[in-house]
Amino acid sequence: MSIWEYANPKKFMDTTGPVLPWIGALAAVLLVVGLFWGFFLTPDDYRQGSTVKIIYLHVPSAFLAINAWFMMLVASLIWLIRRHHVSALAAKAAAPVGATMTVIALVTGAIWGQPMWGTWWEWDPRLTSFLVLFLFYLGYMALWGAIENDDTAADLTSILCLVGSVFAILSRYAVNFWNQGLHQGASLSMDKEENVADVFWVPLLVCMGAFVLLFLYLVLTGTHTEIRARRTRALLARERMS
Amino acid sequence: MKALLLRDLKLAVRAGGGFGLGLAFFLIVVVLVPFGVGPESGLLSRIAPGVLWIGALLACLLSLDRIFALDWEDGSLDLLATAPVPLEGIVTMKALAHWLTTGLPLVLAAPALAILLNLPTEGFVWLVVSLGAGTPALSVIGTFGAALTVGIKRGGLLLSLLVLPLYVPTLIFGAEVARRGAEGMATQVPVLMLAGITFAAVALLPFASAAVLRINLR
Repeated sequence: MSIWEYANPKKFMDTTGPVLPWIGALAAVLLVVGLFWGFFLTPDDYRQGSTVKIIYLHVPSAFLAINAWFMMLVASLIWLIRRHHVSALAAKAAAPVGATMTVIALVTGAIWGQPMWGTWWEWDPRLTSFLVLFLFYLGYMALWGAIENDDTAADLTSILCLVGSVFAILSRYAVNFWNQGLHQGASLSMDKEENVADVFWVPLLVCMGAFVLLFLYLVLTGTHTEIRARRTRALLARERMS
Repeated sequence: MKALLLRDLKLAVRAGGGFGLGLAFFLIVVVLVPFGVGPESGLLSRIAPGVLWIGALLACLLSLDRIFALDWEDGSLDLLATAPVPLEGIVTMKALAHWLTTGLPLVLAAPALAILLNLPTEGFVWLVVSLGAGTPALSVIGTFGAALTVGIKRGGLLLSLLVLPLYVPTLIFGAEVARRGAEGMATQVPVLMLAGITFAAVALLPFASAAVLRINLR
């Protein structure tokens, strides 16, 4: 029994199908709990007031915006090396979710930045690299949409994802060089002395778990949709033949 | 490979090849900028390095879809792919031809246009250095984008969407070299970074471009 057996579309559908509603439900519950806890049960920050609470949307979405691309990279590699269709379709399904997460992170950041930094937008390295990441998502999705042949599209987008990853990382460090930032450094690491206080940290962890599950749910649903769409197309083609 | 390079150069220079179009576009962009931001010479000399870099980048972008499109339409790309030369070499030659017909003229024309934008005198050398070091990367990255979109009808807009994010690091370091040069600051670090990007792109991206072309020709 190896993990690659799940690359079989039928096996994949049979295994993930029954779990899917549970993942969705758990994501919803965690999201409600985390956001309610974060918004109403934590104290206001002594300097930032209640604006600090946007962190419960901002951090998880930013976290996923990056990791969705990473997941697409891994899925693209699996497709290029082992040619499992489910993998390519999962990468395809993850792109719009990742792009949406990027937008959420940018928008919530802007809403928080207006009262705190006094500006909606600043050409700060982190903000800029997120904008560039968003452009990468757009290009990736546009390429998927532009090519008719499924396998060609999967191949081309996978290679674009690989090349894009290198350039995305390069851009990240290039903008670091280009402008000094307003954005704070990492304050959620496991091993650092100065972190966010536990009162904020625990509901934030719940929210991050909720977002991860939400991402999983959306990607799995998207993959299921793609597989069903392909089956439908295959059936229609077969009917036309006979 | 040399024959291929000569062929591409001839095709580009002779009628209908679009040689000089990029250059004219570069000129127009640079001329339009003062109309947009006003003729104040202090402001112009401050934004000159960035404007010249963006103009060069857009001019480069304009001619990208010609790299493979014509060969794809008349089928010579299939012949090239079956030629005894590796496809990676063909792609490199295509990029080189693109650079010689688009990038190099831009580098040579940039000082003349810099006068129009009132670039400080000490910036001229660094402008040419940065464009000379950066435009090969633009050509190679653009060749990758052109190879990606070669099979798509009217893929020009998509090509820009795919290629422009890839241009970000090159643009940042290139414009930084030109800016620092114009302001008389030390330029060593961005120059080295820019050269590093160019060399890495020239060394690695042809493999990606060739892989993409093979998929498109399948």
